[in-house]
Amino acid sequence: MSQYGLLIDYEYCTGCHSCEVSCKNEKKLGRGVYGIKLAEIGPFEITPGNWEWNYVPCPTKLCDLCADRVERGEKPACVLHCLGLAMDYGPVEELAKKMAEKGKKVVMFVP
Amino acid sequence: MEKEWKKQQSDGTIVVRTCGWSPPGDHPVGCGMKLHIKDGRLVKVEGDPEHPISQGRLCVRCLTLPEYVHHPQRVIYPMKRVGKRGEDKWQRISWDEALDIICDKIRYYTDNYGAESIIVFGGTGREACLYYYPLAFSAIGTPNCCYPLSGWSCYGPRCSITDYILGAGYPEIDFAGFYPDRYDNPNYKRPEYLVIWGKNPLMSNPDGFYGHSIIDLMKRGTKIICVDPRITWLGTRAEHVLQLRPGTDTALALGLLNVIINEDLYDHDFVENWTYGFEELKQRVQEYPPEKVAEITWVPKEKIIEVARIIGTAKPCPIQWGLAVDENPNGVQLGHAILALIAITGNLDVPGGITIGPPAALMGKWRMETRSQLSEELWAKRIGAEQWPALSTAMATTHPDETLDTLETGKPYKLRMGWFNSSNFITATCSAQPDRWYRALQSLEFNVVQDTFMTPTAMAFADIFLPLPTFAEHDGVVLTHFGRNAIFMGAINKAFEVGECKSDIEVCIELGKRLHPEHWPWNTAEEFFNDQLKPEFGFDFNDLREKGVFQPPYEYKKYEKGLLRFDGEPGFNTVTGLVELCSTLFEAWGEDPLPYYKEPPYSPYSTPELFKEYPFILTSGARTFTSFHSEHRQVPTLREITPDPIVEIHPEAAERLGIKDGDWVYLENMFGKCKQKAKLTKTINPKVVHASHGWWYPEKPAEEPSLFGVWESNINTLIPHKHIGKLGFGAPFKCLICKVYKAED
Repeated sequence: MSQYGLLIDYEYCTGCHSCEVSCKNEKKLGRGVYGIKLAEIGPFEITPGNWEWNYVPCPTKLCDLCADRVERGEKPACVLHCLGLAMDYGPVEELAKKMAEKGKKVVMFVP
Repeated sequence: MEKEWKKQQSDGTIVVRTCGWSPPGDHPVGCGMKLHIKDGRLVKVEGDPEHPISQGRLCVRCLTLPEYVHHPQRVIYPMKRVGKRGEDKWQRISWDEALDIICDKIRYYTDNYGAESIIVFGGTGREACLYYYPLAFSAIGTPNCCYPLSGWSCYGPRCSITDYILGAGYPEIDFAGFYPDRYDNPNYKRPEYLVIWGKNPLMSNPDGFYGHSIIDLMKRGTKIICVDPRITWLGTRAEHVLQLRPGTDTALALGLLNVIINEDLYDHDFVENWTYGFEELKQRVQEYPPEKVAEITWVPKEKIIEVARIIGTAKPCPIQWGLAVDENPNGVQLGHAILALIAITGNLDVPGGITIGPPAALMGKWRMETRSQLSEELWAKRIGAEQWPALSTAMATTHPDETLDTLETGKPYKLRMGWFNSSNFITATCSAQPDRWYRALQSLEFNVVQDTFMTPTAMAFADIFLPLPTFAEHDGVVLTHFGRNAIFMGAINKAFEVGECKSDIEVCIELGKRLHPEHWPWNTAEEFFNDQLKPEFGFDFNDLREKGVFQPPYEYKKYEKGLLRFDGEPGFNTVTGLVELCSTLFEAWGEDPLPYYKEPPYSPYSTPELFKEYPFILTSGARTFTSFHSEHRQVPTLREITPDPIVEIHPEAAERLGIKDGDWVYLENMFGKCKQKAKLTKTINPKVVHASHGWWYPEKPAEEPSLFGVWESNINTLIPHKHIGKLGFGAPFKCLICKVYKAED
């Protein structure tokens, strides 16, 4: 069986926290404990008018890629609720292909 | 979507499909979700992948709905105050007792002082927006229905301007919301560029526009231009950001028109056939060459020219206007200039451009029509209607600023009873000088508040508190733009009950049946919705539940087909039958018929001496993902993400003042002061600060004088009363001045 991963297109992650909160709901996690947590890089200006400001959600060791949900034929909670539709789930080989197609600002996690 | 909207799972959990609308959450966005109910409790909320607009996506305000619904502080039974106003002493009563008390009071005030002595206050964006007008006109029988925000500075100005200039409902960008197959529909054209002006739709989902549609469009190739005093996250993904001085938007719009007209980049066919007053406009914009506009707005001249050329040549290039149009005394002219930009560049009512709806449809129409149930004599008593015809012609409310004057002076008559429907406006939401309103409202003798929580406003004023259900606990219909451009309509399905809550329409029906039964033939909310839906669409409420969402068909270029005017002739439903680049109505009301720039009432240029003492330009009100105005401050998960009110300040300015990131600071000006937490960021101009609105502290003492700490971080205390435009619209919420200093306490 192939290794599965989580793809994050951080060009379009808007920092909405839906991944974080839907994961907490799914895994019934208390305050300060996360299955996935949003990180913020920036904002800072590289050259005038050229800004870097990224949100990247990082899964923790509590993330099992929503094995139960996937078994029921559903998407992982974070992937379903992501407002930017900036997350994807699948075998790492497929995700790697998607990353190459996207070509920029994309990252894959294998939690 | 699947026909079955309610299902039982093998473990006994009931799953109900619904579409959302505050309370709590948002404007009429109607996001699709599934509510999981177990043993009478809401245990989980999941996005609905079948919903054509939200497609499974769901924001944190709905994902945390169980925390809101079952919150220990929520008020879920009718309450009667048993202490003095401002004391936290209440007694649970039955609905019958509550309605008996209320009806006795309404009859008493109506018989002794006239129905006009009763006033209904409404808030922003909640479901109540459809019902607080009929509550006033049809159930109570008063002409006084008030949205208390100075200059009606939210949505109303944009709707009114559109009514006068285009003769249409709300102009929204075409995000393929009308099509079940969305962006793939062959009739749809993706915008080449999208201009987002004074708005942050990703967080605000304004008036039902699904904000993240912008991301959908960007992925499909649409390029973004932001007009904003701050570099937002979206701004960092935009092709251009016009980072203007707050409040100078109208000068910028006129500068863009100058370039587009002088460089002959406009749509000649549209201008010749469908507009009125182009030559006058052309002459007017000569007063706004790019170099002069650059000086006023602080946007470099080259940027203005470059962006103007894009707007003139990109096809299509819709402009999405935001709250910055309303929260500005010069905003009518801004709205007029933006509509002119959209029209002369050929972006009106074309695929991928700007869609326009009817001025009112469905329940949006009913809410306005109920005013005809009042006599002409009574209608003429509406506060401020005579003095402000440009406001009172398009809006059925009182004039907000006149209403405060009336409360303070008792002229032209004394207001005696208040009904606050989903409006927590002594918190920094929909009022300027909320402390002044707070003092003025003391004169009301009897008040009813409808809400979900004991808010500062309810604690200060309610004599009777009527508990509202959340959208998960009642039946309803959600439609974008309150019917002014219903891109889609969704069923709100009752999934369970908490306590004894009654929805806005249920309270209207029960009250109406007691006081004015002739206007209230319906026995249940469902009967009411059937009556609304059947004549227009041929299906009833249950059919809508089974459809889940209904997307009415859309027709482009309606002006060519005679679909905009009531007489069926081609053209627009305006006085001249054309898009009025030069407004006949503005002129009739004593205003300049053409857009012009006017400096904000307080600024480095209009009040240079004051600016020495208050050396920052103050703007406010940016949205966050974690709250809808003053909602959500008591939801632990959301408060963990956004714990404090934030004021954004440039690091250079902060350093001069000895302010570090995370310090509490005071913002103060001639009108008031408040305390917020400094966030240092280079995304804001060093001369500008941005403060948060809507803050109160549900964890702080409820009773007077604290009122949940409502005065501590209340940015609207810095906004003056009645500094509004000539037609009665627009107050300087986003363009004031202030000083900033570190809080030592």
